[in-house]
Amino acid sequence: MPDSILSVRNIEKSFGALKASDGISLDLVAGEIHALIGPNGAGKSTLIKQIAGGLKPDSGSVAFMGRDVTAKSTAQRARLGLGRTFQISALAMQYSVLENAVLGAVGQSGSVFQFFRPAMKDPALLARARRALDRVGLQDHEDIITSELSHGQRRQLEVAVALTLEPKAFLMDEPMAGMGAEGSRELTTFLQELKHEAPILLVEHDMDAVFACADRISVLVYGQIIATGSVDEIRSNPQVRVAYLGEEEPV
Amino acid sequence: MTTILLIEQVLNGLQFGVMLFLMAAGLTLIFGVMGLINLAHGSLYMIGAFAAAAVAAWTGNFLLALMASLIVAAIAGAIIELTVIRRLYDRDHLDQVLATFALILIFSEATRWVFGSFPLFLNIPDALKGTIILPGGIEYSLYRLTIILIGLAVAVGLFLLISKTRVGMRIRAGENDREMIGALGVDISVLYTMVFALGAALAGLSGALVGAIQSVEVGMGEPVLILAFVVIVIGGIGSIKGALAGAILVGLTDTLGRTMLPVIFGTFMEASSATTVGSALASMLIYILMAGVLLFKPTGLFGKA
Amino acid sequence: MIRERYLNMMVLALLVLVPAYAVLMDEPFTITLASRAVIFALAGVGLNLALGQGGLVSFGHAAYFGMGGYAMGILASHAQNYEPLMEVPFVIEGTNSMPVIWLVAIVASALLALLIGALSLRTTGVYFIMVTLAFGQMFYYFTISWPAYGGEDGLSIYVRNQFPGLNTLDPIQFYGICFVLLLAVLYGVNRLNKSPFGLALNGAHQNEERALTVGINVYRLRLVAFVISGAITGLAGALFADLNRFVSPTMFSWGVSGEIMIFIILGGVARLFGPVVGAAVYIMLEHFLGGLSEYWFIYLGVILLFVVLFAKGGIIGGLSKKETRHAG
Repeated sequence: MPDSILSVRNIEKSFGALKASDGISLDLVAGEIHALIGPNGAGKSTLIKQIAGGLKPDSGSVAFMGRDVTAKSTAQRARLGLGRTFQISALAMQYSVLENAVLGAVGQSGSVFQFFRPAMKDPALLARARRALDRVGLQDHEDIITSELSHGQRRQLEVAVALTLEPKAFLMDEPMAGMGAEGSRELTTFLQELKHEAPILLVEHDMDAVFACADRISVLVYGQIIATGSVDEIRSNPQVRVAYLGEEEPV
Repeated sequence: MTTILLIEQVLNGLQFGVMLFLMAAGLTLIFGVMGLINLAHGSLYMIGAFAAAAVAAWTGNFLLALMASLIVAAIAGAIIELTVIRRLYDRDHLDQVLATFALILIFSEATRWVFGSFPLFLNIPDALKGTIILPGGIEYSLYRLTIILIGLAVAVGLFLLISKTRVGMRIRAGENDREMIGALGVDISVLYTMVFALGAALAGLSGALVGAIQSVEVGMGEPVLILAFVVIVIGGIGSIKGALAGAILVGLTDTLGRTMLPVIFGTFMEASSATTVGSALASMLIYILMAGVLLFKPTGLFGKA
Repeated sequence: MIRERYLNMMVLALLVLVPAYAVLMDEPFTITLASRAVIFALAGVGLNLALGQGGLVSFGHAAYFGMGGYAMGILASHAQNYEPLMEVPFVIEGTNSMPVIWLVAIVASALLALLIGALSLRTTGVYFIMVTLAFGQMFYYFTISWPAYGGEDGLSIYVRNQFPGLNTLDPIQFYGICFVLLLAVLYGVNRLNKSPFGLALNGAHQNEERALTVGINVYRLRLVAFVISGAITGLAGALFADLNRFVSPTMFSWGVSGEIMIFIILGGVARLFGPVVGAAVYIMLEHFLGGLSEYWFIYLGVILLFVVLFAKGGIIGGLSKKETRHAG
């Protein structure tokens, strides 16, 4: 597929008798927000782990920016430009906002084995970190300790840290989780700007948010993608309605 | 190396293994259910041995001595669980290591203060002295054979406890999800104390049984503790099956290694170097085995990946 | 509440004033105690890099302490016996020169840490603790059964090693050497903690997933930290051997690993001067409580228990204002 930044082909993964991923294929193309939805237990987090690098598929491939990354580690994929945010914020809680952002910049620079210059005084690292913080609106909160941030602010920081990588694609795991209506709207607007820099594959349960911001939606049920399409296509897809949007609703 | 000698060493290795199993099973249960690493387990082993030696000296009855080791160790375990260990469940592993290390210091010195620095003696009961003829005409120490049988019986008992009883079910459930079983109304704190006391009793029994073949002295528990750790790393933490497999493997490797390596080296080296090199290598063998397992299965043979 | 920086300076001042006072009052034993404290502090600073910054609970750091000690013991004993270590394929002579011995101790310990670290860092959590403990013991048992360098009885070195321009037998001069080394290492470790390396190491300790997803190879990062940590502790071991003019397998034992951890906890984990304060306190306890009773370990155990359960930040944590994050 042209413009395909992230390509997943025929991923299979079993845990004993449980088939978590059953021949999954999907693409993330430039400029889009691609939402991955599905009922609980459908295998979404297993799939995300295989794309991000923490879990190795039994078979199938993952390609990023045209390169096969199936055998590459999480850190290697991150360096290639795969940004990641987590449902439960993965941040160094005792570091300040700026320190977390600088951590991202350190990772991006690829030179973690610098032993003598103070990291928090390095102009290049600081510039990159502050740029990212600016983008998400946390520039005035640099010195606040991460554990003292509000939930929404931690979300912003997560995105900022991912931004320090200058990513070519984002993997977001339930970015709307725990955000109120106002927060969701702001985040949706933000993501819609962001997608032009780097496409976003997001896993989400908040259906309003998904319908508001997604360009395409893939539906994962029992380890298989049962449909991929635009918001309208998915909304009107009978299989999807039954499997996901509400089994009480008569088809 | 004759076949008879070899079989005798295999049996010795088994005997060593089942004693390690008693230690490792307790440790792995405590870790599996409570998520706690307990360095004081060696002290409980020592306490069991001392209790047995004291009671044996007092009553002359070995059976009473063994029972004493179980009871005293269990009580000691329950006491430290209630006073110290309970506060450690929510802490990180470093805290658990340091606090239980502190317990080792306290127990070792307290024992030295009460019993003095010289080893106590625990004698093999008359009924079990001497040898027995096994099928195949092999003569083997009756006492060591008894140890093997006791150890295997305990293993079977543990398996039955874990898989067939309600307590066992709670233990297995606890291993899987600590918060959940609390929410389900199982009295966690009682369960934890019981599991800890059970582990302590096993350690104490092991100490008493071994105390009759080696000596009963302060500091006897720590080398065994560390071996039990090796067993758990090899077998996989949280798994009784792994503890048994690991323990037998370690017991056999160590015992056979110590007898055979000097002999093997002796075939191409002169005798005294062979003994030196052979014994030195033998003392490292089980750690090399552990390193090997780590390379291929960092969570142990039966561990949860 | 005192700022950590001032606490650190106070500690340094004490480390200069107490031995100076002892020289004035002609109490060489106090100077020897001070040397002991400084050497233990150095061992602790090494471990603290892995443990405090990296979160790697290594209960086998005695392996490096012992390795450094035996590096000294082997080189010095060959020198004092006028026998080379090796003649084939090239000649390696023993040596009495401290700088050379330190270099060998550092390199040997670093290599050992590389080997043990490479294997152990494949595991996490409790496994890591048990594995490092086990490897430490392995060396203990090996050294006992290897008779060439004394086996269980250990090895005595009759002459204190030499440092150009100094009389190393003079207690205060030997102390000065140890103190300067400690200062140099503290300076280096402080820079390290503030560097990108230190930021990443502590960041990975706080949240490993985060470090991975910003592209940091956490395994390699930790391995390097572990190697540096082992090298520092190894240097301490060489100095310790020189202080006592004796090495024995006990240097490898788990008890020593535990002691080094105690220094860190008493003083404060992840505090730059934590091990220094902790070692000093330990030496004082050993001296004063040990004088009261031969069972003083019971008191040490109780104190340790108390600190772990109720005073987690150690002495520096209790006295200073800032929450411990990383020394920066």
